[in-house]
Amino acid sequence: MSTVQNTAETKTGGSPPSGLSEFWFYFSRNKGAVIGLFVFLFILFVAVFAPFVAPHSPSDQNRELLLMPTIFQEGGSWGHILGTDAVGRDILSRLIYGARFSLFIGLVVVTLSVVSGVLIGLVAGYFRGKVDTFIMRIMDIILAFPSLLLALVLVAVLGPGLVNAMIAISLVNQPHFVRLTRAAVMTEKSKDYVVGSKVAGAGTMRLMFLTILPNCLAPLIVQATLAFSAAILDAAALGFLGMGAQPPTPEWGTMLAEAREFIQRAWWVVTFPGLAILITVLAINLMGDGLRDALDPKLKRS
Amino acid sequence: MFRFIFGRLAVLIPTFIGVSLIAFSFIRLLPGDPVMLMSGERVMAPERHTELMQQLGLDRPIYIQYFDYLGGLVTGDFGSSIVTKRPVLDDFLQLFPATLELALCAIIVAVLLGIPAGVLAAVKRGTWLDQSIMGVALIGYSMPIFWWGLLLIIFFSGYLGWTPVSGRISLMYFFPQVTGFMLIDSLISGQAGAFKSAVTYLILPTVVLATIPLAVIARQTRSAMLEVLGEDYVRTARAKGLSPFRVIGIHALRNAMIPVITTIGLQVGVLLAGAILTETIFSWPGIGKWMVDSVFKRDYAVVQGGLMLIAAVIMIVNLVVDLLYGWINPRIRH
Repeated sequence: MSTVQNTAETKTGGSPPSGLSEFWFYFSRNKGAVIGLFVFLFILFVAVFAPFVAPHSPSDQNRELLLMPTIFQEGGSWGHILGTDAVGRDILSRLIYGARFSLFIGLVVVTLSVVSGVLIGLVAGYFRGKVDTFIMRIMDIILAFPSLLLALVLVAVLGPGLVNAMIAISLVNQPHFVRLTRAAVMTEKSKDYVVGSKVAGAGTMRLMFLTILPNCLAPLIVQATLAFSAAILDAAALGFLGMGAQPPTPEWGTMLAEAREFIQRAWWVVTFPGLAILITVLAINLMGDGLRDALDPKLKRS
Repeated sequence: MFRFIFGRLAVLIPTFIGVSLIAFSFIRLLPGDPVMLMSGERVMAPERHTELMQQLGLDRPIYIQYFDYLGGLVTGDFGSSIVTKRPVLDDFLQLFPATLELALCAIIVAVLLGIPAGVLAAVKRGTWLDQSIMGVALIGYSMPIFWWGLLLIIFFSGYLGWTPVSGRISLMYFFPQVTGFMLIDSLISGQAGAFKSAVTYLILPTVVLATIPLAVIARQTRSAMLEVLGEDYVRTARAKGLSPFRVIGIHALRNAMIPVITTIGLQVGVLLAGAILTETIFSWPGIGKWMVDSVFKRDYAVVQGGLMLIAAVIMIVNLVVDLLYGWINPRIRH
């Protein structure tokens, strides 16, 4: 209630709320989104300061403490809060270092697919005609495969590993950005303000990047958030299938793959890496919902 | 309507050609040539190598090879496995029913639970019920399903001992494959307990595979319902004194279903991607596991053929969904 009153006061005060405060007003109305934001910031903090936060090195093997249970069970100790894995490495430390990989993968994939997708979509939506048909057919072809299968096969061709996994996931993610950008550009292009600046003598590049693109950003930002979490899931899935990051990298999906054979004996080895993936992805998706509420004017009033 | 169908088919042809180009070039992007891939670790005399290249037609220009490949596809020749020498199409047709059975069960569960959940959340909008349904849906949507499957195995198979860990049916039962659907075949066989066994094997994989489609359908149904519930004709129906059940179930739901059906159609790709993970976890003998195994066995002929076949299935399903959509929503046709 108080936020509503505050905004009402600022409005009566004369000056309209700035874009950022308007954004925060709508974003913060979604409690889940705020929780997601804080969880995400926490994970980001842990990832950045991993060497200071982690109690152990992620690769230190303690041969005397193999598959040690968690602190909550009999036989656990404060030395290894979440227990140890099959070769005696501290699970908590590996999870903390793993956050670096997951966030890095998400960032790289989103950057690659957004930059390429937006550029291609902008060209398709602005020029239309044969270029557009050609581009959209290629996107249809990529979308005709299940994304994970295509990524899997691409990694098989390029060779298993984290970098190739990121390239493959970016490639299968990028058609969504192309379609979204193209659709938004097509709607904006016929509007008066674009025609106006064209008449005023703005060049093609200026029209594309400075006039039209900024007005297409809202759906792209929302999609980018979803792509961020999808990339983390896909990379973990590839790691789980043995085609992503290779052991002993403390990537969460790879950790799960290594832990699979101990599923009946040591549940904690399997449980925590997956929980880390779920919490991270959930936090990002919660933020995505909040972003959509705040940025999509069609849904604002609902 | 004919024009609409024809238009959709016309778009399909360039996509099919593009997909075949990708599948064709895939095997040629790998280091070495197909003959070297086939021989694997063995050392081959250069004469034998040339002979085999000639035999397989690999010494001809690349575009002729491609047209050959395309011609093979049209006549149902999707290549043969390097490891087992069996035609890829035969293996695919044998394994596909297992994936189809799993995917159908998953989508049925997802639709039967997802649509009512979404409707309920929309009708009870803003209440704790809405918030919990949407919270659970978001968790489902964010779920790494390969981990979710492992957790279910730990709890239901390991701790409670209720469900088996892997496979399609207990080894105790043996009967001929009639339909390829274990649920139907076990019923036809008339063996006591066979159907029950098939069900227990199917439950966990179905739950795992249904998780993401269920969450997506529930979310989509809720937002489509919310949009429709605000429309004038719904208010009119209410004002006429129709029962809430009739207004929501008949007037609103029918129109809200249009975007939901598109969403359900889009889940086919999601289901097949999910099948790769689900089948790997539960050793389910379907095409997802087949593809993963082939990638690891470096059986690239199977990967190539399977890629093509799976893409073909998705394209056909998308076409059917498009046509259905045009049939339900006449506005699309024009």
